[in-house]
Amino acid sequence: MAKMTLEDLRNLREQKKKDMSKRDSAGKDVRIIIGMGTCGIAAGAKRTLDAFIEELDAQNLENVAVTQTGCMGLCYVEPTIEVIVPGMPSVIYGNVDEDTARRIVNKHLIKKEMVNDHVFDRPAADIIKDGGK
Amino acid sequence: MPKRNYVLVCGGTGCESSKADQIFRNLKIACTEQGIADEVQVVKTGCFGFCEQGPIVKVLPEETFYVKVTPEDAEEIITEHLVKGRKVSRLEYDTKGSTKNAKVDDIQFYQKQFRIVLRNCGVIDPENIDEYIARDGYAAIEKVLFEMTPDDVIGELKKAQLRGRGGAGFPTWLKWSFTKDVVESEKYVVCNADEGDPGAYMDRSTLEGDPHSILEAMTIAGRTCGASKGYIYIRAEYPLAIKRLKIAMQQAREYGLLGENILGSDFSFDIEIRLGAGAFVCGEETALLASIEGERGMPRPRPPFPAVKGVWNKPTVINNVETWANIPVIILKGGDWFSKIGTEDSKGTKVFALTGKISNSGLVEVPMGTTLREIIYDIGGGIANGKKFKAVQTGGPSGGVITADYLDTPIDYGTLTSLGSMMGSGGMIIMDEDDCIVDVTKFYLGFSVEESCGKCSPCRIGGRSLYNILDRITKGEGEMADIGRMKEIGLAMKKASLCGLGQTAPNPILSTLNYFEDEYLAHIKDKRCPAGTCKELISFHILADKCIGCTACARKCPTGAITGERRKVHRIDPDLCIKCGVCLETCKFDAVFVR
Repeated sequence: MAKMTLEDLRNLREQKKKDMSKRDSAGKDVRIIIGMGTCGIAAGAKRTLDAFIEELDAQNLENVAVTQTGCMGLCYVEPTIEVIVPGMPSVIYGNVDEDTARRIVNKHLIKKEMVNDHVFDRPAADIIKDGGK
Repeated sequence: MPKRNYVLVCGGTGCESSKADQIFRNLKIACTEQGIADEVQVVKTGCFGFCEQGPIVKVLPEETFYVKVTPEDAEEIITEHLVKGRKVSRLEYDTKGSTKNAKVDDIQFYQKQFRIVLRNCGVIDPENIDEYIARDGYAAIEKVLFEMTPDDVIGELKKAQLRGRGGAGFPTWLKWSFTKDVVESEKYVVCNADEGDPGAYMDRSTLEGDPHSILEAMTIAGRTCGASKGYIYIRAEYPLAIKRLKIAMQQAREYGLLGENILGSDFSFDIEIRLGAGAFVCGEETALLASIEGERGMPRPRPPFPAVKGVWNKPTVINNVETWANIPVIILKGGDWFSKIGTEDSKGTKVFALTGKISNSGLVEVPMGTTLREIIYDIGGGIANGKKFKAVQTGGPSGGVITADYLDTPIDYGTLTSLGSMMGSGGMIIMDEDDCIVDVTKFYLGFSVEESCGKCSPCRIGGRSLYNILDRITKGEGEMADIGRMKEIGLAMKKASLCGLGQTAPNPILSTLNYFEDEYLAHIKDKRCPAGTCKELISFHILADKCIGCTACARKCPTGAITGERRKVHRIDPDLCIKCGVCLETCKFDAVFVR
């Protein structure tokens, strides 16, 4: 890189700060937990995980921590994920493919509305309109 | 592709020697094999400080803290934790009592610490300038170049009341202003990285973990005092620190943060590394300056002080690594912020290297005014193996001991001096009941005698005489007059020696004579070593009622000093015994004892 001016340095700092902030758990109040058991991975959880990370980056959401967990026990609707947003009930979504992942980011995380047709277990599917489809 | 997880591996010298580099490479290989190399970043950072538990691997953002990791564990961490989301619980740090640890904040070792100097150690990759910049790196030099005058900078340091961390505690702002006020076209900035106290590694870890903070601070001093060149004097025994400094300097030059016209301003500054050959006396500033010039490393009388006549006889600001590391933070957060931390006498924090008989050896940074009890028991986890605390040695070969009676004294420059020790650079060696105070003192004196440059006679002759007396005492050949003799020689050395080395070399004796005179008397009068360490004064015996005649000790004894029939009581022949202690270690029935 060529020698920097003051402005170059400031721009670089802003950009790198964003990268570094992804390492901190502080300030990350939203969590997406992806079931990465054997069943989940076989059903494509890895692609789902990638889709989440790319979409979160595209939408500039910095307060979200994406972590993995083992099998959640809903092997019939893998990949399954859990989304925890403050002020909303924690929700477990099933059959989350890449498109659904992007929908969850845009609808659940940004608009704070549940993606009803992928709710299977929590909150109970029968109390959600169109739940579990 | 953006990263989802970060795996930080400690790259300090301690963990590197426990194969951290191999762990780092294995983690990367495992990531590639699992196809997650583009979404998981493996970073090698500086020292985490918790050296007792090293090598340490930390996974972010979930902050999982893995300890005592081996290269073989790397694959499991990746395949289980990073791929399947199952933490490798056998490697997680056990916080005792609470559930298996979750986060770093839960670890008691870190709870009382406050990190200014070590702010980036274990957080950033020290070989990547971008990560330093992301943590507000080089923001202080921006401010100094474009928003502050030299007087503003000195004003902030004055408000901060920062004192030199090398040992003597001279106010940093005053030092800088002396150099600034000299009218001279050529001035220099020097970083004293010649850390040589036994058991001290604060500066090494800072350089290894955050080299850019030192470069930035030196550049700030250059701007403030009107210098355009800096030297980092570092001992050649610190290869990793030197390597990382060189990488950092290269990167800073490429970015235009060192060299001509920094950030497009009219200010130019560059830094050169000078390697020392590991002579302790070169940590003394005038000896250090002589060594930079290529002369033999020997001190000269002061004044003139280096601030006025330093390297190449030009005005020179010389500070130690830890002092430098504080500077950028003070500029960014302000002197008022800094002076709120610490005590009336000493502001800010201090880094200590905890070693010796302590459960958690490691590097800790605490606010000034923290008590020894908090450092040793809360952070350090107390004495290893359930032994009894005896004393803590601070200030290395220039310092003294502090006993259990003073554990609740808040630590700062003033209190340590009044207890007959000193802050020194920050080595803290914990001693337990098995350590003989006379023997430990002899060790420190031996160190000072070895390292004396020999230029002035009080240090050269006085040090040797003191050492000889101590040696006699540990051999049971001491006499009562030795106590007075040691005090007399010690006080003369303090007054007449040319530099700090000789002036402080008697401190370990004077301090231990003050607190542990009984132990000296036991050696001199009773010819007895209470701790059972001094070989000439102890003898090994077998208790007849405990010995079952298993012959284990006799078979291990290297000199055949132990005799006895099977199932009969054995005995040790004192003429053949070389007091190696193998029988004591071998006996399973506590039949061997030391007298």
